[in-house]
Amino acid sequence: MPSLRREDVAHVAKLARLTMSESELDKFTEQLGQVLDHASDMNALDLEGVVATAHPFGLINVVREDERRPSLDHDVVIAMAPDAEDGRFAVPRILGEAP
Amino acid sequence: MTLRDDWEMVVGLEVHTELKTNTKMFCGCANAFGAAPNTNVCPVCLGLPGSLPVLNVRAVELAMAIGTALHSTISPSTFHRKNYFYPDMPKDFQISQYDLPINAGGYLDLPDGSRVSIERAHLEEDTGKSTHLGGSGRIHGADRSLVDYNRSGVPLVEIVSGPDIRSSAQARTYAAELRGILIATGASDGRMEEGSMRIDANVSVRHSGDALGTRCEIKNLNSLRSLVRAIDFEAARQVELLEGGATVRQETRHWDENLGATSTMRVKEEADDYRYFREPDLVDLVPDQAWQDRVRDALKPMPAERRAVLTQRLQDPAPALLDALEVVIDLGLDPYVIAALDAAVAPDLALARAANEIASDLEHVENLSIESYVATLNMEQSGALSATQAKTVLGEILANGGEPALIAQSKGFERLASGALGEVVAQLIEENPDEWSRYSAGDEKLAQFFIGQVMKLTKGQANGKDVIAELQARR
Repeated sequence: MPSLRREDVAHVAKLARLTMSESELDKFTEQLGQVLDHASDMNALDLEGVVATAHPFGLINVVREDERRPSLDHDVVIAMAPDAEDGRFAVPRILGEAP
Repeated sequence: MTLRDDWEMVVGLEVHTELKTNTKMFCGCANAFGAAPNTNVCPVCLGLPGSLPVLNVRAVELAMAIGTALHSTISPSTFHRKNYFYPDMPKDFQISQYDLPINAGGYLDLPDGSRVSIERAHLEEDTGKSTHLGGSGRIHGADRSLVDYNRSGVPLVEIVSGPDIRSSAQARTYAAELRGILIATGASDGRMEEGSMRIDANVSVRHSGDALGTRCEIKNLNSLRSLVRAIDFEAARQVELLEGGATVRQETRHWDENLGATSTMRVKEEADDYRYFREPDLVDLVPDQAWQDRVRDALKPMPAERRAVLTQRLQDPAPALLDALEVVIDLGLDPYVIAALDAAVAPDLALARAANEIASDLEHVENLSIESYVATLNMEQSGALSATQAKTVLGEILANGGEPALIAQSKGFERLASGALGEVVAQLIEENPDEWSRYSAGDEKLAQFFIGQVMKLTKGQANGKDVIAELQARR
Protein backbone atom coordinates (compact mmCIF):
# COMPACT_ATOMS: atom_id res chain seq x y z
CA MET A 1 0.00 0.00 0.00
CA PRO A 2 1.56 3.32 -0.99
CA SER A 3 2.22 5.56 2.00
CA LEU A 4 1.80 8.68 -0.11
CA ARG A 5 -1.69 10.14 -0.49
CA ARG A 6 -3.03 11.69 -3.67
CA GLU A 7 -3.65 14.99 -1.86
CA ASP A 8 -0.01 15.10 -0.77
CA VAL A 9 1.05 15.00 -4.41
CA ALA A 10 -1.48 17.68 -5.31
CA HIS A 11 -0.14 19.85 -2.47
CA VAL A 12 3.50 19.47 -3.51
CA ALA A 13 2.57 20.12 -7.14
CA LYS A 14 0.84 23.32 -6.15
CA LEU A 15 3.86 24.48 -4.13
CA ALA A 16 6.08 23.75 -7.15
CA ARG A 17 3.65 25.66 -9.44
CA LEU A 18 3.00 22.48 -11.48
CA THR A 19 -0.37 21.93 -13.09
CA MET A 20 -1.34 18.25 -13.11
CA SER A 21 -4.24 16.45 -14.72
CA GLU A 22 -6.24 13.90 -12.73
CA SER A 23 -4.51 11.01 -14.48
CA GLU A 24 -1.08 12.54 -13.80
CA LEU A 25 -1.93 12.85 -10.13
CA ASP A 26 -2.79 9.14 -10.05
CA LYS A 27 0.40 8.21 -11.89
CA PHE A 28 2.72 10.28 -9.73
CA THR A 29 1.05 9.23 -6.50
CA GLU A 30 1.92 5.66 -7.39
CA GLN A 31 5.45 6.38 -8.67
CA LEU A 32 6.47 8.72 -5.84
CA GLY A 33 4.86 6.32 -3.38
CA GLN A 34 7.14 3.55 -4.61
CA VAL A 35 10.20 5.76 -4.07
CA LEU A 36 9.13 6.59 -0.53
CA ASP A 37 8.27 2.98 0.23
CA HIS A 38 11.70 1.97 -0.98
CA ALA A 39 13.36 4.48 1.34
CA SER A 40 11.20 3.27 4.21
CA ASP A 41 12.79 -0.18 3.87
CA MET A 42 15.40 1.33 6.21
CA ASN A 43 12.82 1.16 8.99
CA ALA A 44 13.27 -2.60 8.99
CA LEU A 45 16.94 -2.24 9.99
CA ASP A 46 18.19 -2.02 13.54
CA LEU A 47 19.94 1.39 13.51
CA GLU A 48 20.26 1.77 17.25
CA GLY A 49 23.42 3.76 17.97
CA VAL A 50 24.11 4.71 14.35
CA VAL A 51 24.76 8.44 14.01
CA ALA A 52 22.78 10.19 11.28
CA THR A 53 24.82 11.08 8.22
CA ALA A 54 24.42 14.79 7.63
CA HIS A 55 26.66 14.88 4.57
CA PRO A 56 28.47 12.25 2.54
CA PHE A 57 31.76 14.13 2.99
CA GLY A 58 33.39 14.24 6.40
CA LEU A 59 34.33 17.89 5.88
CA ILE A 60 33.44 20.77 8.20
CA ASN A 61 34.06 24.53 8.17
CA VAL A 62 34.76 24.99 4.47
CA VAL A 63 35.12 28.76 4.18
CA ARG A 64 36.78 31.40 2.04
CA GLU A 65 38.43 34.69 3.01
CA ASP A 66 36.30 37.85 2.73
CA GLU A 67 38.03 39.00 -0.46
CA ARG A 68 36.60 40.62 -3.56
CA ARG A 69 36.47 38.70 -6.81
CA PRO A 70 35.38 40.15 -10.15
CA SER A 71 31.65 40.35 -10.78
CA LEU A 72 30.09 39.86 -14.20
CA ASP A 73 29.94 42.73 -16.70
CA HIS A 74 26.64 44.54 -16.47
CA ASP A 75 25.97 43.98 -20.21
CA VAL A 76 26.43 40.24 -19.80
CA VAL A 77 24.05 40.21 -16.85
CA ILE A 78 21.32 42.21 -18.52
CA ALA A 79 21.58 40.10 -21.69
CA MET A 80 20.35 37.18 -19.57
CA ALA A 81 17.26 39.03 -18.40
CA PRO A 82 13.97 38.20 -20.13
CA ASP A 83 13.37 41.96 -20.23
CA ALA A 84 15.20 44.91 -18.70
CA GLU A 85 14.61 48.52 -17.76
CA ASP A 86 16.89 51.01 -16.00
CA GLY A 87 19.62 48.37 -15.73
CA ARG A 88 17.28 46.10 -13.83
CA PHE A 89 15.47 42.86 -14.61
CA ALA A 90 11.89 43.56 -15.61
CA VAL A 91 9.40 40.88 -14.63
CA PRO A 92 5.61 40.62 -14.74
CA ARG A 93 3.81 42.23 -11.85
CA ILE A 94 4.12 40.36 -8.60
CA LEU A 95 1.05 39.14 -6.76
CA GLY A 96 1.62 39.55 -3.05
CA GLU A 97 4.87 40.36 -1.30
CA ALA A 98 7.91 38.22 -0.66
CA PRO A 99 7.67 35.85 2.31
CA MET B 1 0.54 53.55 24.66
CA THR B 2 -1.20 51.25 27.12
CA LEU B 3 -4.08 48.98 26.17
CA ARG B 4 -7.45 49.53 27.78
CA ASP B 5 -8.91 47.42 30.59
CA ASP B 6 -6.75 44.48 31.49
CA TRP B 7 -5.53 43.68 27.99
CA GLU B 8 -1.85 42.93 27.61
CA MET B 9 0.16 42.86 24.40
CA VAL B 10 2.69 40.13 23.74
CA VAL B 11 5.40 40.98 21.24
CA GLY B 12 8.36 39.11 19.81
CA LEU B 13 10.74 40.70 17.32
CA GLU B 14 12.71 39.27 14.42
CA VAL B 15 15.55 41.62 13.57
CA HIS B 16 17.40 41.17 10.29
CA THR B 17 20.79 42.83 10.13
CA GLU B 18 23.03 42.99 7.10
CA LEU B 19 26.60 42.10 8.03
CA LYS B 20 29.38 44.60 7.29
CA THR B 21 31.55 42.32 5.18
CA ASN B 22 33.54 43.23 2.07
CA THR B 23 31.86 40.53 0.03
CA LYS B 24 28.63 38.57 -0.12
CA MET B 25 27.88 35.47 1.93
CA PHE B 26 28.63 32.84 -0.70
CA CYS B 27 30.55 34.64 -3.46
CA GLY B 28 33.22 37.34 -3.92
CA CYS B 29 30.89 40.07 -5.22
CA ALA B 30 31.07 43.35 -3.31
CA ASN B 31 28.65 43.87 -0.43
CA ALA B 32 28.01 47.56 -1.09
CA PHE B 33 24.97 49.79 -0.70
CA GLY B 34 24.14 52.21 -3.48
CA ALA B 35 26.06 50.73 -6.45
CA ALA B 36 24.53 50.91 -9.94
CA PRO B 37 21.92 48.14 -10.31
CA ASN B 38 23.13 44.63 -11.16
CA THR B 39 26.82 45.51 -11.15
CA ASN B 40 27.78 43.42 -8.10
CA VAL B 41 26.46 40.09 -9.34
CA CYS B 42 27.97 36.82 -10.51
CA PRO B 43 26.80 33.29 -11.38
CA VAL B 44 26.50 32.36 -7.68
CA CYS B 45 24.24 35.22 -6.54
CA LEU B 46 22.26 35.09 -9.80
CA GLY B 47 21.62 31.40 -9.21
CA LEU B 48 23.03 30.28 -12.56
CA PRO B 49 23.16 26.51 -13.05
CA GLY B 50 26.38 24.85 -11.92
CA SER B 51 27.50 27.67 -9.62
CA LEU B 52 28.50 26.67 -6.10
CA PRO B 53 28.35 28.66 -2.84
CA VAL B 54 31.44 29.01 -0.60
CA LEU B 55 30.88 30.43 2.88
CA ASN B 56 32.46 33.79 3.82
CA VAL B 57 34.52 33.33 7.01
CA ARG B 58 34.01 36.96 8.04
CA ALA B 59 30.21 36.52 7.97
CA VAL B 60 30.59 33.50 10.27
CA GLU B 61 32.76 35.42 12.71
CA LEU B 62 30.40 38.40 12.82
CA ALA B 63 27.49 36.04 13.49
CA MET B 64 29.51 34.46 16.31
CA ALA B 65 30.31 37.93 17.68
CA ILE B 66 26.59 38.79 17.75
CA GLY B 67 25.81 35.49 19.48
CA THR B 68 28.55 36.04 22.05
CA ALA B 69 27.26 39.54 22.83
CA LEU B 70 23.74 38.12 23.26
CA HIS B 71 24.91 35.33 25.61
CA SER B 72 23.93 32.67 23.04
CA THR B 73 25.41 29.20 22.85
CA ILE B 74 27.51 28.98 19.70
CA SER B 75 26.57 25.62 18.27
CA PRO B 76 27.38 23.22 15.44
CA SER B 77 25.08 24.35 12.64
CA THR B 78 23.91 23.47 9.15
CA PHE B 79 22.46 25.32 6.16
CA HIS B 80 19.07 24.67 4.56
CA ARG B 81 17.27 25.73 1.43
CA LYS B 82 14.07 27.68 2.03
CA ASN B 83 12.08 27.14 -1.16
CA TYR B 84 9.72 29.72 -2.57
CA PHE B 85 9.04 31.49 -5.84
CA TYR B 86 9.66 35.18 -5.95
CA PRO B 87 11.63 37.12 -8.55
CA ASP B 88 13.98 38.73 -6.02
CA MET B 89 15.40 35.25 -5.29
CA PRO B 90 16.69 33.95 -8.61
CA LYS B 91 17.63 30.47 -7.30
CA ASP B 92 14.00 29.99 -6.17
CA PHE B 93 15.38 29.23 -2.73
CA GLN B 94 17.11 31.21 -0.01
CA ILE B 95 20.01 29.64 1.86
CA SER B 96 19.23 29.93 5.56
CA GLN B 97 19.66 28.02 8.80
CA TYR B 98 16.74 25.95 10.05
CA ASP B 99 16.80 23.49 12.95
CA LEU B 100 20.47 24.00 13.84
CA PRO B 101 21.28 27.76 13.98
CA ILE B 102 24.81 28.97 14.76
CA ASN B 103 23.57 30.85 17.87
CA ALA B 104 21.03 29.12 20.12
CA GLY B 105 19.31 30.82 23.07
CA GLY B 106 20.57 33.88 24.90
CA TYR B 107 19.22 37.10 26.30
CA LEU B 108 19.46 40.88 26.12
CA ASP B 109 19.24 43.06 29.25
CA LEU B 110 17.65 46.45 28.59
CA PRO B 111 18.57 49.77 30.23
CA ASP B 112 15.16 49.75 31.97
CA GLY B 113 16.18 46.61 33.88
CA SER B 114 14.02 44.15 31.91
CA ARG B 115 15.41 41.08 30.19
CA VAL B 116 14.29 39.81 26.78
CA SER B 117 15.17 36.24 25.89
CA ILE B 118 16.78 35.43 22.55
CA GLU B 119 15.61 32.23 20.87
CA ARG B 120 18.22 32.16 18.11
CA ALA B 121 20.42 34.27 15.87
CA HIS B 122 21.07 32.53 12.58
CA LEU B 123 22.85 33.22 9.30
CA GLU B 124 21.06 33.62 5.99
CA GLU B 125 21.43 35.44 2.69
CA ASP B 126 19.53 38.56 1.70
CA THR B 127 17.36 38.74 -1.41
CA GLY B 128 17.43 41.15 -4.34
CA LYS B 129 15.56 44.42 -4.28
CA SER B 130 12.30 44.82 -6.22
CA THR B 131 10.81 48.10 -7.34
CA HIS B 132 7.16 47.94 -8.32
CA LEU B 133 6.05 50.14 -11.19
CA GLY B 134 2.75 51.19 -12.66
CA GLY B 135 -0.66 51.25 -11.04
CA SER B 136 -0.64 53.20 -7.82
CA GLY B 137 3.02 52.45 -7.17
CA ARG B 138 1.99 50.10 -4.38
CA ILE B 139 2.39 46.43 -4.92
CA HIS B 140 -1.23 45.71 -5.74
CA GLY B 141 -1.98 47.07 -9.16
CA ALA B 142 1.66 47.37 -10.26
CA ASP B 143 2.18 46.52 -13.91
CA ARG B 144 5.66 45.16 -13.58
CA SER B 145 8.52 44.87 -11.16
CA LEU B 146 12.16 45.77 -11.66
CA VAL B 147 14.77 43.72 -9.82
CA ASP B 148 18.29 44.65 -8.75
CA TYR B 149 20.32 41.64 -7.56
CA ASN B 150 23.15 43.62 -5.94
CA ARG B 151 21.65 42.77 -2.53
CA SER B 152 21.06 39.15 -3.44
CA GLY B 153 23.40 37.02 -1.32
CA VAL B 154 24.44 39.77 1.10
CA PRO B 155 24.99 38.11 4.49
CA LEU B 156 22.33 38.59 7.14
CA VAL B 157 21.87 37.53 10.72
CA GLU B 158 18.27 37.12 11.88
CA ILE B 159 17.88 37.60 15.63
CA VAL B 160 14.66 36.14 17.01
CA SER B 161 13.51 37.26 20.46
CA GLY B 162 11.20 35.33 22.74
CA PRO B 163 7.62 36.64 23.15
CA ASP B 164 8.77 38.62 26.18
CA ILE B 165 8.03 42.20 25.14
CA ARG B 166 4.94 43.80 26.71
CA SER B 167 4.77 47.32 25.26
CA SER B 168 5.74 49.27 22.16
CA ALA B 169 8.11 51.34 24.30
CA GLN B 170 9.90 48.17 25.43
CA ALA B 171 10.06 46.98 21.81
CA ARG B 172 11.70 50.26 20.88
CA THR B 173 14.19 50.00 23.74
CA TYR B 174 15.03 46.43 22.73
CA ALA B 175 15.56 47.37 19.08
CA ALA B 176 17.69 50.39 20.02
CA GLU B 177 19.84 48.39 22.45
CA LEU B 178 20.25 45.60 19.91
CA ARG B 179 21.23 48.16 17.29
CA GLY B 180 23.92 49.48 19.64
CA ILE B 181 25.21 45.93 20.16
CA LEU B 182 25.30 45.26 16.42
CA ILE B 183 27.36 48.42 15.91
CA ALA B 184 29.65 47.56 18.85
CA THR B 185 30.37 44.09 17.47
CA GLY B 186 31.29 45.61 14.11
CA ALA B 187 28.58 43.44 12.53
CA SER B 188 26.46 46.32 11.26
CA ASP B 189 26.43 50.05 10.67
CA GLY B 190 22.88 50.03 12.09
CA ARG B 191 21.56 52.28 9.32
CA MET B 192 17.88 51.47 9.35
CA GLU B 193 17.13 54.04 6.64
CA GLU B 194 19.39 52.12 4.25
CA GLY B 195 17.71 48.86 5.14
CA SER B 196 20.73 47.41 6.93
CA MET B 197 18.47 46.59 9.89
CA ARG B 198 14.85 45.52 9.29
CA ILE B 199 12.35 44.34 11.85
CA ASP B 200 9.35 42.00 11.74
CA ALA B 201 7.06 42.17 14.79
CA ASN B 202 4.89 39.29 16.03
CA VAL B 203 2.00 40.80 17.96
CA SER B 204 -0.81 39.18 19.95
CA VAL B 205 -3.02 40.31 22.82
CA ARG B 206 -4.50 38.53 25.83
CA HIS B 207 -5.95 39.21 29.23
CA SER B 208 -3.09 39.20 31.71
CA GLY B 209 -2.37 35.67 32.84
CA ASP B 210 -4.22 33.95 29.96
CA ALA B 211 -2.57 31.68 27.39
CA LEU B 212 -0.99 33.36 24.36
CA GLY B 213 -3.45 34.72 21.79
CA THR B 214 -3.33 34.27 18.02
CA ARG B 215 -0.52 36.39 16.61
CA CYS B 216 -0.07 38.45 13.49
CA GLU B 217 3.30 39.16 11.94
CA ILE B 218 3.98 42.70 10.72
CA LYS B 219 6.67 42.72 8.06
CA ASN B 220 9.57 44.99 7.23
CA LEU B 221 9.42 47.81 9.74
CA ASN B 222 12.40 49.96 8.91
CA SER B 223 12.45 52.64 11.57
CA LEU B 224 12.00 52.65 15.32
CA ARG B 225 9.09 55.04 14.85
CA SER B 226 7.32 52.64 12.49
CA LEU B 227 7.95 49.81 14.93
CA VAL B 228 6.23 51.65 17.79
CA ARG B 229 3.31 52.87 15.69
CA ALA B 230 2.72 49.52 14.00
CA ILE B 231 2.73 47.57 17.27
CA ASP B 232 0.34 50.03 18.94
CA PHE B 233 -2.02 49.98 15.96
CA GLU B 234 -1.97 46.20 15.65
CA ALA B 235 -2.56 45.51 19.35
CA ALA B 236 -5.49 47.97 19.43
CA ARG B 237 -6.93 46.37 16.28
CA GLN B 238 -6.82 42.92 17.87
CA VAL B 239 -8.41 44.14 21.12
CA GLU B 240 -11.22 45.73 19.12
CA LEU B 241 -11.80 42.48 17.18
CA LEU B 242 -11.87 40.36 20.33
CA GLU B 243 -14.11 42.72 22.27
CA GLY B 244 -16.51 42.72 19.32
CA GLY B 245 -16.77 38.95 19.62
CA ALA B 246 -14.65 38.24 16.54
CA THR B 247 -11.41 36.25 16.40
CA VAL B 248 -7.92 37.20 15.28
CA ARG B 249 -6.82 35.39 12.15
CA GLN B 250 -3.18 34.34 12.03
CA GLU B 251 -1.73 36.24 9.11
CA THR B 252 1.10 38.37 7.77
CA ARG B 253 0.35 42.07 7.72
CA HIS B 254 1.86 45.04 5.97
CA TRP B 255 2.48 48.36 7.75
CA ASP B 256 1.59 51.48 5.77
CA GLU B 257 3.46 54.41 7.25
CA ASN B 258 1.28 57.01 5.51
CA LEU B 259 -2.04 55.46 6.48
CA GLY B 260 -0.75 54.59 9.97
CA ALA B 261 -2.39 51.19 9.69
CA THR B 262 -1.62 47.52 9.09
CA SER B 263 -3.43 45.53 6.40
CA THR B 264 -3.59 41.87 5.40
CA MET B 265 -0.70 40.81 3.20
CA ARG B 266 -1.42 37.10 3.13
CA VAL B 267 -3.09 34.52 5.29
CA LYS B 268 -0.86 31.90 6.83
CA GLU B 269 -1.53 28.71 4.91
CA GLU B 270 0.17 26.80 2.13
CA ALA B 271 2.34 29.75 1.21
CA ASP B 272 4.35 29.15 4.36
CA ASP B 273 5.29 25.60 3.42
CA TYR B 274 8.87 26.28 2.44
CA ARG B 275 9.94 22.62 2.11
CA TYR B 276 13.18 23.24 3.96
CA PHE B 277 15.90 20.73 3.16
CA ARG B 278 19.62 20.55 3.70
CA GLU B 279 21.73 22.63 1.31
CA PRO B 280 23.81 19.84 -0.27
CA ASP B 281 26.49 22.25 -1.51
CA LEU B 282 27.52 23.40 1.99
CA VAL B 283 29.07 21.35 4.77
CA ASP B 284 28.48 21.65 8.51
CA LEU B 285 29.77 24.66 10.38
CA VAL B 286 31.33 23.59 13.67
CA PRO B 287 33.27 26.40 15.40
CA ASP B 288 35.64 24.86 17.93
CA GLN B 289 36.35 26.38 21.34
CA ALA B 290 39.57 28.07 20.20
CA TRP B 291 37.73 29.86 17.38
CA GLN B 292 34.94 30.91 19.73
CA ASP B 293 37.51 32.23 22.22
CA ARG B 294 39.25 34.29 19.54
CA VAL B 295 35.94 35.93 18.63
CA ARG B 296 35.09 36.57 22.29
CA ASP B 297 38.53 38.07 23.03
CA ALA B 298 38.23 40.45 20.07
CA LEU B 299 34.87 41.85 21.25
CA LYS B 300 34.86 45.48 22.33
CA PRO B 301 32.82 46.60 25.37
CA MET B 302 29.06 46.44 24.78
CA PRO B 303 26.74 49.48 25.11
CA ALA B 304 25.47 48.52 28.58
CA GLU B 305 29.00 48.53 29.99
CA ARG B 306 29.97 51.76 28.21
CA ARG B 307 26.73 53.45 29.27
CA ALA B 308 27.46 52.57 32.90
CA VAL B 309 30.99 53.97 32.68
CA LEU B 310 29.92 57.22 31.02
CA THR B 311 26.94 57.72 33.34
CA GLN B 312 29.25 57.33 36.30
CA ARG B 313 31.70 59.86 34.85
CA LEU B 314 28.88 62.36 34.34
CA GLN B 315 27.75 61.90 37.93
CA ASP B 316 23.99 61.85 37.73
CA PRO B 317 23.61 63.50 34.29
CA ALA B 318 20.84 66.07 33.86
CA PRO B 319 17.74 64.70 32.08
CA ALA B 320 18.36 67.09 29.19
CA LEU B 321 21.67 65.30 28.50
CA LEU B 322 20.24 61.78 28.32
CA ASP B 323 19.34 61.84 24.61
CA ALA B 324 22.83 62.98 23.68
CA LEU B 325 24.28 60.33 26.00
CA GLU B 326 22.29 57.64 24.19
CA VAL B 327 23.46 58.85 20.77
CA VAL B 328 27.05 58.83 21.98
CA ILE B 329 26.76 55.28 23.35
CA ASP B 330 24.86 54.10 20.29
CA LEU B 331 27.50 55.36 17.89
CA GLY B 332 30.48 54.37 20.06
CA LEU B 333 31.67 57.96 20.52
CA ASP B 334 32.13 57.70 24.29
CA PRO B 335 35.96 57.67 24.11
CA TYR B 336 35.77 61.24 22.70
CA VAL B 337 33.44 62.37 25.46
CA ILE B 338 35.44 60.77 28.26
CA ALA B 339 38.68 62.31 26.97
CA ALA B 340 36.99 65.73 26.90
CA LEU B 341 35.70 65.25 30.44
CA ASP B 342 39.24 64.29 31.49
CA ALA B 343 40.39 67.65 30.08
CA ALA B 344 37.75 69.48 32.19
CA VAL B 345 35.40 70.26 29.29
CA ALA B 346 31.84 70.87 30.56
CA PRO B 347 29.64 67.72 30.30
CA ASP B 348 26.96 69.31 28.10
CA LEU B 349 29.56 70.57 25.62
CA ALA B 350 31.53 67.29 25.65
CA LEU B 351 28.32 65.37 24.83
CA ALA B 352 26.73 67.83 22.42
CA ARG B 353 29.64 68.19 19.98
CA ALA B 354 29.94 64.38 19.77
CA ALA B 355 26.18 63.71 19.53
CA ASN B 356 25.66 66.39 16.88
CA GLU B 357 28.81 67.31 14.99
CA ILE B 358 30.62 63.95 14.96
CA ALA B 359 27.39 61.99 14.57
CA SER B 360 26.43 63.97 11.49
CA ASP B 361 29.58 62.88 9.65
CA LEU B 362 30.21 59.49 11.18
CA GLU B 363 31.59 58.09 7.94
CA HIS B 364 34.71 60.24 8.37
CA VAL B 365 35.12 59.81 12.11
CA GLU B 366 38.61 58.38 11.61
CA ASN B 367 39.73 61.84 10.40
CA LEU B 368 39.09 63.27 13.85
CA SER B 369 41.52 62.18 16.55
CA ILE B 370 40.43 62.28 20.16
CA GLU B 371 43.19 64.87 20.79
CA SER B 372 41.81 67.18 18.09
CA TYR B 373 38.30 66.84 19.51
CA VAL B 374 39.48 67.79 22.97
CA ALA B 375 41.64 70.67 21.66
CA THR B 376 38.72 72.15 19.69
CA LEU B 377 36.38 71.96 22.68
CA ASN B 378 39.00 73.56 24.90
CA MET B 379 39.28 76.45 22.46
CA GLU B 380 35.49 76.82 22.46
CA GLN B 381 35.25 76.65 26.23
CA SER B 382 37.98 79.26 26.72
CA GLY B 383 36.23 81.60 24.28
CA ALA B 384 38.98 81.42 21.65
CA LEU B 385 36.35 80.03 19.27
CA SER B 386 32.63 80.82 19.14
CA ALA B 387 30.19 77.89 19.09
CA THR B 388 29.66 78.34 15.34
CA GLN B 389 33.39 78.45 14.71
CA ALA B 390 34.01 75.35 16.82
CA LYS B 391 31.39 73.46 14.84
CA THR B 392 32.98 74.62 11.59
CA VAL B 393 36.43 73.47 12.76
CA LEU B 394 35.09 70.03 13.73
CA GLY B 395 33.25 69.75 10.41
CA GLU B 396 36.42 70.67 8.52
CA ILE B 397 38.54 68.12 10.39
CA LEU B 398 35.94 65.40 9.80
CA ALA B 399 35.79 66.21 6.10
CA ASN B 400 39.47 66.71 5.38
CA GLY B 401 41.53 66.09 8.51
CA GLY B 402 43.93 68.63 9.98
CA GLU B 403 44.89 70.40 13.20
CA PRO B 404 42.25 72.50 15.00
CA ALA B 405 44.53 75.47 15.74
CA LEU B 406 45.79 75.63 12.14
CA ILE B 407 42.28 75.38 10.71
CA ALA B 408 41.03 78.13 13.04
CA GLN B 409 43.94 80.30 11.96
CA SER B 410 43.51 79.64 8.24
CA LYS B 411 39.82 80.50 8.44
CA GLY B 412 40.60 83.74 10.25
CA PHE B 413 38.75 82.59 13.35
CA GLU B 414 39.91 85.12 15.85
CA ARG B 415 37.81 86.24 18.67
CA LEU B 416 35.99 89.49 17.94
CA ALA B 417 37.02 92.27 20.33
CA SER B 418 34.01 93.30 22.41
CA GLY B 419 34.24 96.87 21.13
CA ALA B 420 34.07 95.62 17.55
CA LEU B 421 30.93 93.64 18.31
CA GLY B 422 29.31 96.75 19.79
CA GLU B 423 29.97 98.65 16.56
CA VAL B 424 28.43 95.92 14.44
CA VAL B 425 25.33 95.77 16.64
CA ALA B 426 24.92 99.55 16.58
CA GLN B 427 25.17 99.53 12.79
CA LEU B 428 22.54 96.81 12.46
CA ILE B 429 20.14 98.64 14.79
CA GLU B 430 20.44 101.69 12.60
CA GLU B 431 19.88 99.73 9.39
CA ASN B 432 16.89 97.76 10.75
CA PRO B 433 14.71 100.20 12.67
CA ASP B 434 11.50 98.09 12.38
CA GLU B 435 13.11 94.96 13.79
CA TRP B 436 14.77 96.95 16.51
CA SER B 437 11.55 98.64 17.65
CA ARG B 438 9.78 95.26 17.81
CA TYR B 439 12.67 93.80 19.81
CA SER B 440 12.68 96.84 22.07
CA ALA B 441 8.93 96.33 22.62
CA GLY B 442 9.69 92.85 23.99
CA ASP B 443 9.53 90.53 20.97
CA GLU B 444 12.44 88.25 21.97
CA LYS B 445 12.24 86.29 18.71
CA LEU B 446 13.89 89.24 16.98
CA ALA B 447 17.08 88.50 18.92
CA GLN B 448 17.63 85.56 16.55
CA PHE B 449 17.31 87.92 13.59
CA PHE B 450 20.03 90.17 14.96
CA ILE B 451 22.28 87.22 15.86
CA GLY B 452 21.92 85.94 12.30
CA GLN B 453 22.83 89.33 10.87
CA VAL B 454 25.82 89.69 13.18
CA MET B 455 27.06 86.22 12.22
CA LYS B 456 26.78 87.13 8.56
CA LEU B 457 28.78 90.35 9.00
CA THR B 458 31.42 88.77 11.25
CA LYS B 459 31.64 85.47 9.37
CA GLY B 460 30.57 83.58 12.48
CA GLN B 461 33.18 85.13 14.74
CA ALA B 462 30.71 86.48 17.26
CA ASN B 463 29.27 84.55 20.17
CA GLY B 464 25.46 84.43 20.34
CA LYS B 465 25.41 85.15 24.07
CA ASP B 466 27.62 88.22 23.59
CA VAL B 467 25.26 89.54 20.88
CA ILE B 468 22.26 89.21 23.19
CA ALA B 469 24.17 91.03 25.92
CA GLU B 470 24.93 93.87 23.50
CA LEU B 471 21.28 94.04 22.37
CA GLN B 472 19.95 94.06 25.92
CA ALA B 473 22.41 96.77 26.92
CA ARG B 474 20.92 99.03 24.24
CA ARG B 475 17.23 98.22 24.76
